Amino acid sequence: MITHAPILPILIPFAAALLQLLGDRLPFQRVVGGLATALLVLLTAWLALLADDGQLRVYALGDWPAPFGIVLVVDRLAAAMTLLTAVLGFVSLLYASAGFDQRGRHFHPLFQLQLLGLLGAFLTGDLFNLFVFFEVMLLASYTLLAHAGGLERTRAGITYVVLNLLGSALFLIALGLLYGTLGTLNLADLAYRLTLPGHDQALARLAFALLIAVFLLKAGLLPLSFWLPHAYSAAGAPVAALFAIMTKVGIVAILRVQVIALAPTMPDLLDHWLTALALATVVFAALGTLVAVRLRALAAWLVLLSAGALLVTPAQASAEVSAAAIYYLVQSTLAGAAFFLLAGVIAEQRGSAADHFTTRGASPASWLKVAFLVAATTAAGLPPFSGFVGKLMLLTTLRAVAAGPAIWVVLLCAGFVVMIALARDGCHLIWKNRAAAAGQAATEAIAWQKVSATLLLVAAGPLLAVLARPLADYGERAAAQLHAPGAYVAGVLGPRPAKTPAEAMP
Amino acid sequence: MEALLAIAVGVLTACGVFLILRARTFPVLLGLTLLSYAVNLFLFASGRLRLDAPPLLRAGASYTDPLPQALVLTAIVIGFGMTAYLAMLALRGLAESGSDHVDAGKEQ
Repeated sequence: MITHAPILPILIPFAAALLQLLGDRLPFQRVVGGLATALLVLLTAWLALLADDGQLRVYALGDWPAPFGIVLVVDRLAAAMTLLTAVLGFVSLLYASAGFDQRGRHFHPLFQLQLLGLLGAFLTGDLFNLFVFFEVMLLASYTLLAHAGGLERTRAGITYVVLNLLGSALFLIALGLLYGTLGTLNLADLAYRLTLPGHDQALARLAFALLIAVFLLKAGLLPLSFWLPHAYSAAGAPVAALFAIMTKVGIVAILRVQVIALAPTMPDLLDHWLTALALATVVFAALGTLVAVRLRALAAWLVLLSAGALLVTPAQASAEVSAAAIYYLVQSTLAGAAFFLLAGVIAEQRGSAADHFTTRGASPASWLKVAFLVAATTAAGLPPFSGFVGKLMLLTTLRAVAAGPAIWVVLLCAGFVVMIALARDGCHLIWKNRAAAAGQAATEAIAWQKVSATLLLVAAGPLLAVLARPLADYGERAAAQLHAPGAYVAGVLGPRPAKTPAEAMP
Repeated sequence: MEALLAIAVGVLTACGVFLILRARTFPVLLGLTLLSYAVNLFLFASGRLRLDAPPLLRAGASYTDPLPQALVLTAIVIGFGMTAYLAMLALRGLAESGSDHVDAGKEQ
C-alpha cells in the first residue's frame, strides 16, 4: 500500500471519472464524485504526513527505472499541493452538487479529470509527463469553463483555449530543444546532465527560458495575464473556485525547475526580469480590483494579485523565501476560492442585481455579511486572519534580498489599494442596498451544500491563522527539502547515474 | 535534408503566427493547426534525422531514436483533440452571436 501511495491520487479521480461515464445518472455521479473527492482528501492528508519523514518517494511507473521510464516523485511540497487540490476539489464539488452540475452535460467526469490533471502535474518528475497532465487539466478546464453556456463564457473560452494551445506549442518546442540538446526529459536527469560538459549551453538556456515562459503564461505574469481576469470571472462559481489553484500549478512548476535544474548551472536565468514583471503584475492586479464592477471579477483580480506576489519568490532562490511562499500560496488559494463561492451565493440572493456593485439589489442574509467581512479581511491581508500571517511571513523573508525595498513598497501599497476596493465594494453589497430593497420579499433559501462549501472556505482564513505555526513549520521543512537539489537528483536517479551522457545521446 | 526540414518548420510557423493574429476564429483555428504541424516536425527532428534507420534496436544495424516519435504521436493526438474542441467552441460562438469575430457580442 505504502509503495503504491504516490499513484493513488491519480488513480482515484480516474476511476471515478470512468464510473461516472458508465452510470450517466446525476444522483449516482454526485455520490461517486463526493466519495472520490472525500477519499482523495483523506489519502492526500495521509500522503502529506507520510512525506513529512523527509524521504523522497519515487514511484517508477511500470517499474522502469528513472531516466528511461516515467516517475512520480512525492516530496513534502508535492504532497502539500495535492492535499490543497483535494480540499479545494471537495469543497467545489460540494457547491456544484447543489444544482450547477445540472446546467450542462458531463460536469462530473470532467471535474474528476481536471483533478486528475492537477494532481498529476504536482506529482510527476518528468517534463513530458508534465505536459500531458497539463493538457488533461486544460482540456477539462476548457469544457468546465464553458459549462452552463452563455455567450460570455463562449467568448472567454475561445480566448482561453487559443492562448493555451499556443502555450502548449511553445511547451513542445521547449521539450524538443531540451531532448535535442540534453537527451532526456526527466527533471532529475536534466539537472544531472546540465552539470556535465559537452552540450550546447545556449540552446539549453533557450529551452529553459521557453519552458519558464509557458509556466508564466499559466501563472499569469503581466504581459501574459490579460486572459486571466476575463476567463476566471466568466466561469461558474464552483469552476472558478477550482481554477484558483491553476495559476499555482505554473508557480510550483517554476519553483521546482528553478531550484532543481537552473540554480546549480544557470542561476542567472530568472534574475532582473522576473521580479520586476511580478511586481508589475501586482500593480496591474491592484488597479484591476478598483475597476471591477462585480464580485466575481474582483475575485479574479485577487487571484492574479496573489499570483504576482508569489512570482516574486522564485528569482530569490532562497529556502526561507520559498517557505513563506508555500504558506502564502496555500492561504491565498483558499481565500481566492472563497471569494468565488461567496460571489455565487451573494449573486443568488440579490436577484437581478446579481453580484454587481450596485445599490439596487436586495440585501444578502446576515451570515453572508459576516462571511464577506471575514473573507475580505483575509484577502486584504489585514490582521488577524491568514492573509496577514502570509503577507507578514513573505515580507519578513524578503527583507534580506536585493530587491527587498521595491518589493515591500509595491506589496504594501497594493494591499492598501485592495483594502480600499474591498471596503468600497463591500459597502455596495452589504449596506447601501438596504433602503432600496426594503420593499422586496425575503430572498429564497440557499441549498445547504452551497452554504457549507462557502463557510468551509471562508473559515479557512481564521483556521489557517490559528494553525499558522505547524503549517509554517511544514512549509519550512518542505522548502528545505526542495532546496536540496542534490538529494532530489540522487533520490530519483539512484546514487550514481549508470550511463555517461555520451552513451545515452542518440 | 536538415535545411529542407528547417525551412518547412519556419514557413509553417510563420504562416501559423500570421493566421493566429487574424481577428476571426476560423483563420485562428487554421493558424493553430499549422503551428501544431510545425511543432510536430520540430519535435520529430529533436531525435536527429536519419535515413533508412528504423526505430528498433537490432544487433549491428543502425537505428533512430524512437522516443521523439512517441512524443510526436502523443502531441498529435492531444493537439487534434484540442483543435476539434476549439472548432466546436467557435461554432457555438458563431451561433450565439452571429459573427465569428473574436470580439463579437462582447457585453458592456
